[in-house]
Amino acid sequence: MDFTLSSEQQMLQDTVARLARDHYSFEARKGYYRSEAGMSPDFWNQLAELGLCSVPIDQAHGGFGGSGVDNWLIMAELGRNLCLEPFLQSQIHAAGLLQQLGDADQQGQWLGQVAEGALQLAVALEEPQSHYQLHDVQTCARPVDGGWRLSGRKVAVVGGASAGLILVSARTAGDDRDDQGISLFLLEPQAVGLKRHDYPCIDGPRASDLILDDVFVAEGALLGKAGEALPALRYQQGRAIAGQCAEAVGGMQEAFRLTLDYLKTRKQFGAPIGKFQVLQHRMADMRAELEMATSMAILAACVADQADSDERSRQLAAAKFVVVRAARLIAEQAIQLHGGIGMTWEYNLAHHAKRLVMLSHQLGDDDHHLQAYARLLTDRAHAH
Amino acid sequence: MDINYTPAELEFRAEVRAFLHDALPQDIAAQVRLGKHLSKDDHQRWQRILAGRGWYAANWPVAFGGTGWGVVQKHIFEEECAAFGAPRLISFGVNMVAPVIIKFGNPAQQAHYLPRILSGEDWWCQGYSEPGAGSDLASLKTRAVREGDHYVVNGQKTWTTLGQHANMIFCLVRTDSEAQQQRGISFLLIDMTTPGISVRPIITLEGEHEVNEVFFDNVRVPVENLVGEENQGWTCAKYLLTHERTGQASIGQSKAALAHLKQVAREELRNGRPLLDDPQFRLQVAEVEIQLLAIEMSTLRILAAAQAGEVPGAESSILKIKGSEIRQAISHLLRKALGTKALPFLEEELHDGFAGTPLHSDYSAAPASQYFNLRKLSIYGGSNEIQKNIIVKMILEL
Repeated sequence: MDFTLSSEQQMLQDTVARLARDHYSFEARKGYYRSEAGMSPDFWNQLAELGLCSVPIDQAHGGFGGSGVDNWLIMAELGRNLCLEPFLQSQIHAAGLLQQLGDADQQGQWLGQVAEGALQLAVALEEPQSHYQLHDVQTCARPVDGGWRLSGRKVAVVGGASAGLILVSARTAGDDRDDQGISLFLLEPQAVGLKRHDYPCIDGPRASDLILDDVFVAEGALLGKAGEALPALRYQQGRAIAGQCAEAVGGMQEAFRLTLDYLKTRKQFGAPIGKFQVLQHRMADMRAELEMATSMAILAACVADQADSDERSRQLAAAKFVVVRAARLIAEQAIQLHGGIGMTWEYNLAHHAKRLVMLSHQLGDDDHHLQAYARLLTDRAHAH
Repeated sequence: MDINYTPAELEFRAEVRAFLHDALPQDIAAQVRLGKHLSKDDHQRWQRILAGRGWYAANWPVAFGGTGWGVVQKHIFEEECAAFGAPRLISFGVNMVAPVIIKFGNPAQQAHYLPRILSGEDWWCQGYSEPGAGSDLASLKTRAVREGDHYVVNGQKTWTTLGQHANMIFCLVRTDSEAQQQRGISFLLIDMTTPGISVRPIITLEGEHEVNEVFFDNVRVPVENLVGEENQGWTCAKYLLTHERTGQASIGQSKAALAHLKQVAREELRNGRPLLDDPQFRLQVAEVEIQLLAIEMSTLRILAAAQAGEVPGAESSILKIKGSEIRQAISHLLRKALGTKALPFLEEELHDGFAGTPLHSDYSAAPASQYFNLRKLSIYGGSNEIQKNIIVKMILEL
């Protein structure tokens, strides 16, 4: 057992931390949020220039071939600084799918650009009725001469407006909610028949709903074999969950730090409010949950790139469950301990709180992952 | 970054498993698994077996007859012991007073007491809490007044676990009533057979005699039984409390309890199906298992840091809180798993040597009783509220 970082990993952490801090003052973030892109293209270019966009990408495609721990370090700093760029969705989730399902041509054509940060990807899996269930796909793709025609609706595609390619799941066979018959396609945002509704999410980043009305894609747009995408969707969602857990831990640490500072400076009844035991114990509770969440985010990072197995699925579901519960506790209590100021748009903490609560609405909430874990329950308590 | 045990640690684990497989008496393991009460003889039998293998004093240096194990080895050993159903060691001698004697005792004390702990000749109990000194331990009032070569001890200790079996007690006593709270306290070793000591049982809510009151009426204790310097006993007490707290997360015990819970929930039925397949119950089992995994990962992080030479700080208080809460949560689910069959209060079924036919099943008598008994986990060893104060002081610096 060794929970220390290598010197390379420490350098990576320092690099991202410095870059994110430099670009993401609270005032600067407000500007990015209000801008048309809803993020900072300059920050993204910096991430690319320093090679950080390439960290999750295989070396064979011009990437750094980083581990789950490397992804964790990046995501934690992006979370700590409330960054708005879709690094998780594009570089980890979508690129992972392309690497797992794409053929040599598809990978050769796109992954190099993704590693360079020149091409952003997005993932369109959720539908209005799917409620985090990857197999609940009603969007359908029917084979036509030279390709496929896609119809249906996808929701909350984070980074959908800035993506050069969107990975869309669609049913090519089977009934609603069958495991078999789900395929993944590369979709160009300019495709005829695709309507996009772009909006800011309540926690900051931009997302889009997609309405696909008989959208034609060529044969080369199909990733992997028709009807067999689900295992890859589940596996890569696991990798994305690990990244999301890291992002959440970075955010929780920052929210905790801001709250601790506030307790030391805010005075009421003639004393810093941190002197009151009821608030102290609340902080101790938050600190304990943060400890648990950190441990689980580390576990998630360590198992994210392992071969698919029930054990890995259990561990990642467990990690997301613990992180979601801890994030909500810390978000709500951080607001509570701040009092009125914690309720204001003009204070950074409120934006962390929103992010921490809303991460449960992406890639599955605590109920979803508890059920997933329960399905995989075994006779043994987890052995190490 | 590597969350796995090293090959050497895995080899050690295999060695521990082989030993437990061969050496742990099955009757004792069955009692432990079912949550029944062990006799003094059961405890001593297991201690002798461990001592015979050289593994009784896991926390001692080799020079004193200990194993010299590192923290990860100790963790593996404890976890495997629990998984096999070995009784939890009664820690007052081997894991509490012994480390204090090793750290603060003189060579004569070490030569006298440590072998007697290893051999099981002495059974130690702890004289810390008093009726007026619980969480506020430093307010203790039991007095020790120097008279020639003796201290004369007067006062009362309470919550003395298994004091009815003990022939020795280590006590915190006040030797200077003028000094500020922590300063005037000394650490005394007292022979329980000394005239003037009386032990009275306290029956706890589940009907069990586990704890006692101990009264001291002009008890004459030789001055050579003082450990460390007079009025410096708080240093020993603090040192001992850190020993008490390590391992209090009791991952191994909770894992074993969770495995037992699952087994019971497979036997018990709801709607004609195993309770474990009942969606609501299954989710609750899943949730405690997830939380236990988080505690285990946190424990491993702290162990790895300790192995690398870092001193565990308030993180061990977090583990004490979470570890006690999860153990209590599992005992709550086990009680619930039995439904109405948890109601009968069948003391005789819980005791060693019960040979009759159980009213329902071999596992149904203990869970409610054990649930009430385990409320102690969040109270003793520094209550969970005291642990939060420690977290606040050490981590938050508020």
